Amino acid sequence: MTSKNSKVVELEQVVIRFAGDSGDGMQLTGSLFSDSTAFAGNDFATFPDYPSEIRAPQGTVSGVSGFQIHFGQKTVYTSGDLADVLVAMNPASLKANMRWIKKGAIIIVDGDAFIEKGIDKAGYATDPTTDGSLSGYKLIKSPISTLTREAVKHLDIDMKSTMKSKNMFALGIVMYLFNRDPEHVNAYFEKKFKANPIVIESNKAVLAAGFNYADTIELFATTYKVEPAPLEKGHYRNITGNVATAWGFIAASERSGRPLFLGSYPITPATEILQELTYHKNLNVKAFQAEDEIAGIVSAIGASYTGAMAITTTSGPGLSLKSEAIGLAVMTELPLVIVDVQRGGPSTGLPTKSEQSDLMQALFGRNGEAPVIILAAKSSADCFYSAYEASKLSLEHMTPVILLTDGSLANGSEVFKIPRVADLPSIQPPMAQANDANYKPYKRDAESLARQWAIPGTEGLRHRVGGLEKEDGSGNVSHDPLNHERMTILREEKVQRVANYIPEQEVFGSDDADLLVVSWGGTYGVMITVVEKMQEQGKSVALAHFKHIMPLPKNTEELLGRHKKIIVCEINNGQFVKYLRMNFPQFKYQQYNKIQGLPFMVAELEAKFNELLNQ
Amino acid sequence: MENQIIETGIVQLTKEDFSSDQMVKWCPGCGDHAILHAVENVFPSLGVPKEDFVVVSGIGCSSRFPYYMNTYGIHSIHGRAAAIATGVKLANPKLSVWMITGDGDSMAIGGNHFIHTIRRNIDINLLLFNNKIYGLTKGQYSPTTPKGSKTKTSPQGTYERPFNPGVLVIGAQGTFFARTLDTNPKAMTGVFMEAAKHKGTSVVEILQNCVIFANKTHDLITSRETRDDYQLFIEHGKPLIFGKDRKKGIVLNGTKLEVVTIGENGITENDILVHDQYEKDSGVHTMMAAMMPPEFPVALGVIRSVPTETFDQAMMASIETEKANSNIKTVDDLLNSGATWEIK
Repeated sequence: MTSKNSKVVELEQVVIRFAGDSGDGMQLTGSLFSDSTAFAGNDFATFPDYPSEIRAPQGTVSGVSGFQIHFGQKTVYTSGDLADVLVAMNPASLKANMRWIKKGAIIIVDGDAFIEKGIDKAGYATDPTTDGSLSGYKLIKSPISTLTREAVKHLDIDMKSTMKSKNMFALGIVMYLFNRDPEHVNAYFEKKFKANPIVIESNKAVLAAGFNYADTIELFATTYKVEPAPLEKGHYRNITGNVATAWGFIAASERSGRPLFLGSYPITPATEILQELTYHKNLNVKAFQAEDEIAGIVSAIGASYTGAMAITTTSGPGLSLKSEAIGLAVMTELPLVIVDVQRGGPSTGLPTKSEQSDLMQALFGRNGEAPVIILAAKSSADCFYSAYEASKLSLEHMTPVILLTDGSLANGSEVFKIPRVADLPSIQPPMAQANDANYKPYKRDAESLARQWAIPGTEGLRHRVGGLEKEDGSGNVSHDPLNHERMTILREEKVQRVANYIPEQEVFGSDDADLLVVSWGGTYGVMITVVEKMQEQGKSVALAHFKHIMPLPKNTEELLGRHKKIIVCEINNGQFVKYLRMNFPQFKYQQYNKIQGLPFMVAELEAKFNELLNQ
Repeated sequence: MENQIIETGIVQLTKEDFSSDQMVKWCPGCGDHAILHAVENVFPSLGVPKEDFVVVSGIGCSSRFPYYMNTYGIHSIHGRAAAIATGVKLANPKLSVWMITGDGDSMAIGGNHFIHTIRRNIDINLLLFNNKIYGLTKGQYSPTTPKGSKTKTSPQGTYERPFNPGVLVIGAQGTFFARTLDTNPKAMTGVFMEAAKHKGTSVVEILQNCVIFANKTHDLITSRETRDDYQLFIEHGKPLIFGKDRKKGIVLNGTKLEVVTIGENGITENDILVHDQYEKDSGVHTMMAAMMPPEFPVALGVIRSVPTETFDQAMMASIETEKANSNIKTVDDLLNSGATWEIK
């Protein structure tokens, strides 16, 4: 498969979008192409885009499932804006994705699907592949279904199974277009379908047929190659945000010596963290699928009291249900990490779309004054380090931590350089010693203000905790007015002092750049892409991307004061900007908000920043 | 049987080992005092080190209980004690976990956790103080308040159908249910011991009197005048006989229980239903739990006790199997498992 009937052009980066009916297997197609990209040595990031229904009506726009991959020969921070290549398995997927592709993009369609019924169902008046509406694009219309049937006719395989493998024909075409070796995809088939040799054979045959078809009929005058990215030496893997989050917790458990306990209830898009952790009983992980969100968190609180590294995972509506229990963890001063994989809200909102709209809920969504540490992961791979740091802070400071990720990070994947657990920072919870005559449940460390952790089964440390106000020191129930005031201030101060244990806020770019772009959490990829690009153009722009939300890094006020203009960009109606205005009212903040269940695009941010610079 | 559990060779504990230094603030005459004393008497005799007890509660009068016991303990939030106790037990299955709750805490706001903890058969002991009223909020009706009762929120009398906790427990596939009275310390101690021995969720309903807001709600069962006719002390392997001169009994007539008099209509002691607390089929247990005055006496003692695998045992077994069978022993192994590649 090496001789090729086309010239090869080198590209710096490419975005491909695979789209089809939700039963067409586009997620698998995308993830196989991702694996191939990893072996080609490119940096990459991916994002799946699927409907919230498992099997939405076939052939309709609402039933389209997509998978986008962005790969390049330099660092790739996002899954890409607009696609260079679209694979559309039916008219509906073409219609749904036309607005996500570049002008002049290559569009590969299954010609067999562009029949009257399919065209009609997609809501087209006429066949878009023949009516001239795609004249600005490179349309590749091949009879993929027919050719798939041809490819397996020598095998004893039924029609339904045959049609399920037509995505492999499309993958073969794309592999050819990007000069990829199909061999390791074949290796995947052999492993995945070990029990079913005929399925291995048919998938191999269809993949090869697609590849050879593109070659033989000279489908493309030009094919493309993306050189390997100059990644640091080391071992790498592809990882989604949810898996990275789960693994970060397992690593923190191993490093802290506290066994991991998860109490959780399934909710999109956080469920995969629960699922992933149930697979790791081998590493002593206890993952408990509770009867509801409240049981999820309170079982974790019970486990935390008992000495486990306890976590609970959820999304926005679940965080609402957990509020009272978070207050209990604040009052009992027990370690607990609450992961909120944010999605579009309020209420059920947009379950499969990403948003950054739970920040205010995380900060203030509890009765009484109940401060917690808040971290926000910045990328899919960073979810590993964020989960690890959230655990460390929670365990060492004896306080709940809310870790905010989002649907984009959770389901998106990127290249992850595999760390060594021994290289991660140590985690040392303040364990009380057995029979310590001076032990008092609410006696605090002078520096961190953390109380000690005394766990059941330990001699000489029997004590009670609970939701009623505690007397400073003894931890006995107290309704004393001055004690309540002192304890309220202590709980706040304990969280604020975490600023002494987190890094200072970094700024990407010059200290005196005219425009400081501020962002937080899951938007890092697109923000750094835009700011880097504008800096290369000589623009006076810098980026402060926040991971530590509560408390803010100690230098936040100082760095905000260094720039003439500040713009805060968020996938919500302006929550972090409100928080900054509250904390540092002396500065003037502009804001850029998008609330469409969609990520920022490089182009829109660039235009906005240029507009500000030119004012 | 009862003695075996005590002979463990550890330091003999006494009631004083479990008495807390906190002032007990329940109302004078409240049934809770007697329950506290009974628990203080039972804990030292279980053969469990004093550090290994955890007492967990929710919210309500009864839920102040952990503060009055010198053990590890959590006084949590309303209705959630069962789920918290679940977390405690799963985090460390060696602990002896006791949950204290009331009819409002576990039958209303905590109903979901209550039934699912029982369904899973988590090995905890759950003491349900049933005074048939909301006491701490001063006298509103609860899910067990008898229909027609006038309370602060039912001035014309309730029209809700009350829960029978025993029927609910057995319906939720409970493996242990016992019922006792706050006025009978000896019986109370006995069933608490039985509950502690049972592996699984052991639910003990204690008919407890709130002197302030529902005084004498259990009067028919507990008063000197009527108690002989309305208390049926049950024992495994013994016929269900009650009454002042032990002439009354329970028979299974078709698909229903029925009160009969021995010596009347040809009924002899041999016709009386013999209690089998270990019977897996929940039919008769459910009917026994459902027996209520004035038609029936109330069954007191262990109604159901069916050994069944507990959730915590199953979870630990699964963890041990996975640990033994997996090649992934450390997080470094995990990080490097599956598809990885090297940049040299």
